[in-house]
Order: sequence, then structure tokens, then C-alpha cells
Amino acid sequence: MAAPKYKEVLLNPLLNNNPIALQVLGICSALAVTTKMETSLIMAVAVVAVTGCSNAAVASIRKFIPSSIRIIVQMTVIASLVIVVDQVLKAFAYEASKTMSVFVGLIVTNCIVMGRAEAFAMKNPPAISFVDGVGQAMGYGLILLIVGFFRELLGSGKLFGYEILQKTTEGGWYEPNGLMLLPPSAFFLIGAFIWILRTLRPEQVEHD
Amino acid sequence: MPPRNSAAYTAIVALVLCLVCSAVVSVFAVGLQPWQAKNKELDKKKNVLRAAGKSLLVDVGVVDEDASNDAVSAAFNGLSAQRVDEIFEERFKVHLVDISEGEVVDTESESAPVDPDAYDARKAANDPELSVPVEPDALPGIATREPYAEVYEILKGGETDGYVFPIYGKGLWSTLYGFLAVEADGQTVRGITFYQHAETPGLGGEVDNYGWKALWPGKKLYEKQGEVTLSVIKGAASPDNEYAIDGLSGATITSKGVDNMIKYWLGPKAFGQFLAKQTGDGEEPVAKLPAARRLAAK
Repeated sequence: MAAPKYKEVLLNPLLNNNPIALQVLGICSALAVTTKMETSLIMAVAVVAVTGCSNAAVASIRKFIPSSIRIIVQMTVIASLVIVVDQVLKAFAYEASKTMSVFVGLIVTNCIVMGRAEAFAMKNPPAISFVDGVGQAMGYGLILLIVGFFRELLGSGKLFGYEILQKTTEGGWYEPNGLMLLPPSAFFLIGAFIWILRTLRPEQVEHD
Repeated sequence: MPPRNSAAYTAIVALVLCLVCSAVVSVFAVGLQPWQAKNKELDKKKNVLRAAGKSLLVDVGVVDEDASNDAVSAAFNGLSAQRVDEIFEERFKVHLVDISEGEVVDTESESAPVDPDAYDARKAANDPELSVPVEPDALPGIATREPYAEVYEILKGGETDGYVFPIYGKGLWSTLYGFLAVEADGQTVRGITFYQHAETPGLGGEVDNYGWKALWPGKKLYEKQGEVTLSVIKGAASPDNEYAIDGLSGATITSKGVDNMIKYWLGPKAFGQFLAKQTGDGEEPVAKLPAARRLAAK
């Protein structure tokens, strides 16, 4: 196997090999945190930090991990990092952490994080594993931000809490779409995104 | 070193990994503690301000009298840490109140029962030595409560303008913690807020909805002495009923929980006594009580 290249490893997951759009991983948290841009962004940054660091950590000890307990070792590393991220949020982004603490805790179960540790970090050196983690998590974060953009704009007429479309309840013209605030709308948006992406890049279409 | 894949090697790796991971987690948890504590304190103050309601924000010139619910809610969220401290310093005075007696505890005297700086009401509520039993069914799901509570006196030009009381009780999934503010007459509700709960978002979680909270100011607590009449009723309350609040639709149990909370905490077994003593009936007013230390001034 040829050694992976940094640039490819970092940028491929954005569109070519997006963890949500192509691998269809990590859907659950994409539904929960995307009602607002702010929470989407924090979640994206948190996942980037956790995936990058866990990949680097697992890669640097990959030669010492006995294969019989490798999954639990990866899990321990990831869980520790998630606690650290949660503590940092509580210290520096308290308001956001109050609503997001539950979902940040659930990063542990985000398939992308462990999937990359097992699939990439166990076979590659730490530096490139870190880049791979960051790249994959950015691919995930990109979808979160796109979904969050549409849900907040159409659901509450705002972006990052600033009013863009004035709602009828405040004397404006925009009648907010309540569906956008509910989890199913994220499914529709992700579905639409995958549709557009696969129309533009037909090689991603799965054949049965 | 034992050979790889042997049981001994596996055990050593697992042990070292656990030690390293727990050390990392502890360092972060302990190291970030000061910031987290500061955030919690600020959050508490903000929530006391929220309970004190729109009229407080109007008084300090943050919003206009005719601001919409959304605008008031946004104004509360937008207060900076420094501004919160300023308002708190200027407009609030913290008293430690003996809940059963309805009296302010003189925290400066030698015989003060607890050290106000170290006193933690939530811990005291579960401390077998300090806690006070709650009568069965008075507050379902809560067996014991704290003996003393921090009550915030709202000031306006040096005069008492109201009180903010800490309240809590069970909803459907969780214990709801919040504040209820009462006007200086000891009868009219000034505002309510909940700062910690885990009720269903969209149903019971609507206790956070500013529109619902805006129903509270102006409602009356007591029809006759010593008994809370104000209720959260099922369905919509008639607008001229001063003693009823609309229930949250789809959240019967949470609404009932809030109803129980109001009945207990403002009732004669809790802050009802304090309020009765503050608002006349021949008892001495708050100004004559021992000057309570300003707990939050630190």
C-alpha cells in the first residue's frame, strides 16, 4: 500500500469520501445538534478535536496495543478525550455546554471516531493519523454546518442567533417552518445533500 | 517484558493505559475547576435576574417597557458577565434564611449555625445532620430539604422591591431547579425561571419558554393567609383569574410538578412564613432584622 498523502487525507473526506454522505456514519448526532448554527459549529469543533487527538494517540501506541483488547483501548482513549472536551466546554463555553453536554458525551459512540481509530490509526504513524482524524471530522462538520444553516434559517429565521428573516410573530413577513426545528428535517436535508453530491459525482452512486 | 499477546502483557498495557487516561482526565477536571465555578456562579446570578423579571431590566434601562417577549429574553441572554455583576451588586442583597422559622440568619454573629461561604444548599438537603424532612406528599419525590436557603432581596432606591426564592421539585424525568420572584407586597408574582432540568424538549421542556414564563408576573399567590392559592391548571386559565396559570400542553406531569413546587415553597412550611413576616402583620420588617452579609458581593 502506498503511503497516504497528507493533502489527500485531509481534503478527501470533505466531498470525495464524506463520512456522512458516502459512508453514512454518524447520522444520529447530526440530527440532534443541528437546530442551530452555533451548536453545529461547537459539535463540529469538538468532534474534530476528539477524532484528531484520538487518532494521534492510538497511532502512537499502536505497536504496543495487544490485538485482543484493541477495541477497548481505543474506546478508553476516546472516552477520556471526550471528558476532557466536555470539561473545556464547561469552562469556556458554559451556555452552550448546558444544552450540549449530553451530545458531547455521546461523541464516544460516534462511529466516525472509532471507525478511524480502527481503520486508519492502527496502521499509520501518528502525524498522518492526526491529519486523517481532522479531515474525517471536518467532513462530518461540513454536513453539520450545512444542515444547521438550513434548519436555523428556515426554522427560526436566524443565523448564529442573528435575525435574517423577520418572523411574522415579530411583525415581519416570514412564517417559520416548524418542521425544520424537528429532527426529521435533518434526514431530509442530509438526503438532499447526498442526492446533489451523487448527481455531481456519479462515481459515488452505489450499484446493487 | 512478557511476550506480546500473553495475558500478563495485556494486563500491564491495560493498567498503564487506565492510569495515564485517568491522570489526564483528572488534570483537566481539577485544572479547569476555577473557570467552571465562575461560570456556575455567573449562571446563578443571571437566573436570579431572570426571575426578577422584565421590570428589573426596565429599571436598569436595558429594555423598554413595551419590549416584546423575544426581545426581553434576548436581552437577558445578552447581558455580559460584568453587567450581571454590576446589576447584582446594585440591586440585590443576599440573605441566608432559616426556612422553617422564616427568619434571616445573622451570619455575622459568632453563633451563626453555618458558615455562609461554605454552605451549599444542595448538599445540605441530603446531609443527614442538617436536612429537614419534607412532609409526605407535600413535595412528591423529595424527602428532605435544606434548613437554610439563600433568598435574594431585590432593592430599588434602597427600598425592598421584592424577593427571589430558590425553588425545586420533581417533574416527569428530573428535578427542576429554579427561582420564583415575588413583589414587595408578598402577594404578587414577579417572575419565574428554571435553570436546571431534564424534561422532554418541546413538552415539559417548555418551562424554559419565555412566553410561558411571561404568564406569571402579576398573578397572586394567596387568597387567604397561610395557603397558596396560585395553581398551574390543566388547559388555559381565564385571563381574569389571578390565581391560575395555564398548564403546559402535553406536559401534565411537569405542570403538576411546578404546581406542587409553588404550593410547597411559598406555603407555610417554607418561604410563606418568611414572606408573612416581611410584609407586616405586626411582625418586624426586614430593615430591622440583623444586617445580613452580602454573600454574593465577593
